Amino acid sequence: MTTMTAKNLPATNLDEKAKWVWEETLKVHKRSPETRIASSLSPIEIFVALYYGGFLKQDPKNPRWPDRDRCIISKGHGSLCMYPILADLGFYGMDELENVGRAGSFLGGIPDPVIPGYETMNGSLGHGCGVASGMALALKRRGKPQAVYVVTGDGELHEGANWEAFMFAAQQKLDNLVVIVDNNKRCMLGNTDDVIAHGSLPAKFAAFGWETFEVIDGHNANDICATLEACRQSQSGKPKVVIAHTRKGNGVAALEAAPLCHVMGVDAQTIDKLLVKA
Amino acid sequence: MNTVSPLPVAAKPLPMRDALLQRIYENMATDKDIFFVTADFGSPVLDKIRGDYPDRFINVGIAEQNLINVSAGLALEGYKVFAYAIAPFITMRCYEQIRVSLAILSQVRPMNVTLIGVGAGYSYVVSGPTHQCFEDLSLMRALPSLSVHSPADHVTAAAQFESCLAFKGCSYLRLDAQVLPIIYEQAPDLKRGFHVHREGQGIVLLATGYMVHTAKQVAEKLSQSGINAGVIDLFELTQFDEKSMLAALAPYDGIVTLEEGFRGRGGMDSMMFDFAVRHDLRAKINNIGVKPAYQFELGTRASLHEHIGIGVEAVCQTVTTFAGKLAQPAPAQKRN
Repeated sequence: MTTMTAKNLPATNLDEKAKWVWEETLKVHKRSPETRIASSLSPIEIFVALYYGGFLKQDPKNPRWPDRDRCIISKGHGSLCMYPILADLGFYGMDELENVGRAGSFLGGIPDPVIPGYETMNGSLGHGCGVASGMALALKRRGKPQAVYVVTGDGELHEGANWEAFMFAAQQKLDNLVVIVDNNKRCMLGNTDDVIAHGSLPAKFAAFGWETFEVIDGHNANDICATLEACRQSQSGKPKVVIAHTRKGNGVAALEAAPLCHVMGVDAQTIDKLLVKA
Repeated sequence: MNTVSPLPVAAKPLPMRDALLQRIYENMATDKDIFFVTADFGSPVLDKIRGDYPDRFINVGIAEQNLINVSAGLALEGYKVFAYAIAPFITMRCYEQIRVSLAILSQVRPMNVTLIGVGAGYSYVVSGPTHQCFEDLSLMRALPSLSVHSPADHVTAAAQFESCLAFKGCSYLRLDAQVLPIIYEQAPDLKRGFHVHREGQGIVLLATGYMVHTAKQVAEKLSQSGINAGVIDLFELTQFDEKSMLAALAPYDGIVTLEEGFRGRGGMDSMMFDFAVRHDLRAKINNIGVKPAYQFELGTRASLHEHIGIGVEAVCQTVTTFAGKLAQPAPAQKRN
């Protein structure tokens, strides 16, 4: 297991970008209160690192460009924060963010691959790692250099199909596959440790034959970038997992404090106050 | 665009899976996009595939959920995937994966995955209810984007390779695990989706898979007692030509459906009920299928079929009674 913090990285505006995404995500939630907010605040820096840190070569004007790097957003319902990111990158217009969840919009409460930039079905948990393994295998068998990234959650890892995929990826030496766990340590009904505890996720993955990395502060986009860079440089020949320790509802005190925050919303007044403070 | 290899002329009956896998094997030589995935399930022909095309073969182990998701990932990258396992496991162990990663996803992204399920109905006679498969037709046809194929001999199964490969979406191919007699010297008309084996009067037996053989025997037997039943093999359950089917059924007063699946649980029987309602068919319908309970008895397939009401003798009796009812004058209706 390797732990990394940002060192020798070029100065970037990732912190600023993460702050902007956090604000925009809250604004979307204010307009569309039926969206899941708490689980969308924990992976913001993960997505910022992936999409702004130079790890995903993509073409927003051609989302199915064959030479793109693939990003599978397995914890789909917890990726509201991707809506402003994809708009900012030009996959669609910023004005689309006004219509999330409304008739005629393609931006639903749970994202589908009808949204430019989304690859697979994500509403049902535990599918991303298996489908991504098939994609990573296809890329390898065709001799293509692109990578496949998956963002999943610690609660989602309760789905057994994930572990079928993890065994498979290790057996097939899918070193072009990187799984990032948004380890916010909460499920819908409380703390993951009180539901089905994972124990040590790095130890579990290592036992499954994966190269494991850990980001102690999963809300530091530069640390995540440094770790993703280490994944990219690795010659281990193994699939990689990055366990990013995050907080569900990050930045919203009432959510951070509530083990049942998964289904909690944030009211408009609170959002306005948070945005002024920010 | 690759042209597929010609269908060989059938000399002797083969296991359906060997005939189908042979065609996949032959076409892997020219079509570099064909990929074969198995959940640790084999066949002699499969040994040739994995020997000659190790770069387009993979065994995911005993893990059907991952079989489907890996197949979906390969298909998203442009491979035409054949996924292979025992019928109840490839349909029911991973129904959620089929629904989400194949049925739903293929509606918004181009994908070609064919699920090959070996062990239709009672094929695995001595293996008990986990290996017997009486639910797959209803479950697979419940997924609106899936194409469902149910051959009655190895010639049809081998020909259906082509339909599955050409289909813009995902398919389920239900194969018998036993060697069934040949009923087609040449491939039947797959676009039509069914084949009339025998014209009858009054009653027609509409069967799929193994039950086509039963229907043929029943019709032969009943002809000796004055009942002249027609026989139709329906091998394309979701793609048959409805107009031709209407014309084929039009002359009959009674339609008997026969399937090696649970009766009244959404299989071919309810499909034909729906067809009859939508097209306002005048014929009465009688459904023959496995009585809806799991079976633990051992015996030959033929004797077990009698036990559950789908053997040749049992079907003869049911059809004779049905024919008797059809022959009775209809109860007084309101007069115009």
